[in-house]
Amino acid sequence: MKVSTKFFGELEVQDKDIINFAEGIPGFKELTKYALIHDEGTDFSYLQSVDNKSVCFIIVPPALVVGNYDIEICEDTVEKLEIDKEEDVLLYAILTIPDDLNKMTANLKAPIIINRKNGKGKQEILDDDRYEIKHKVIKEADASC
Amino acid sequence: MLVLTRKKDESLVIGEDIEIIITDISEDKVKIGIKAPKKVKVFRKELIQAVENANTESNINNDLKINMLSKIIKR
Repeated sequence: MKVSTKFFGELEVQDKDIINFAEGIPGFKELTKYALIHDEGTDFSYLQSVDNKSVCFIIVPPALVVGNYDIEICEDTVEKLEIDKEEDVLLYAILTIPDDLNKMTANLKAPIIINRKNGKGKQEILDDDRYEIKHKVIKEADASC
Repeated sequence: MLVLTRKKDESLVIGEDIEIIITDISEDKVKIGIKAPKKVKVFRKELIQAVENANTESNINNDLKINMLSKIIKR
């Protein structure tokens, strides 16, 4: 299907890359359909709302931000997304990117979970104190150079 | 909204399998115990609001230079 995107104009998106968030995404409850767009050659992907061009989340695999990201997906989510196998799960962290790119943060506390088998997705809020909503992506020392 | 008055150690039941127990009361705080099935998620409301705010904030930057991103994160 054709999707109007915030950053890339109009794109043709395959059905398998259309993700349904039955409960919406917190703050955007009314939007349930997103196109998962991969930016070839980079680690960035985009969750572009199909129904509202101006809503687009920039996402990265959490492992890119922290070395090992081991989380427990709750039973309820496993049921709702009908997850059978671990390898069907795609995990992403939403980035918040201010004008000063060095200050960008990743939301590791509430990852995006997608079952790639059926295109069902959810933003899961973790009951896990190790991870923050605003995890700094670039460390202070790197930012100064 | 239903408003109930409870004393310390009293509880209330929501539906079939959720119980809320008032375990302690001090001047401006109450301590609450929650018995619920594992699949029922319980969060402090501030946390949900913080996630909503982060999501909204992550969508504010409209004239983001996408091509700058990969340069910065790959070093």
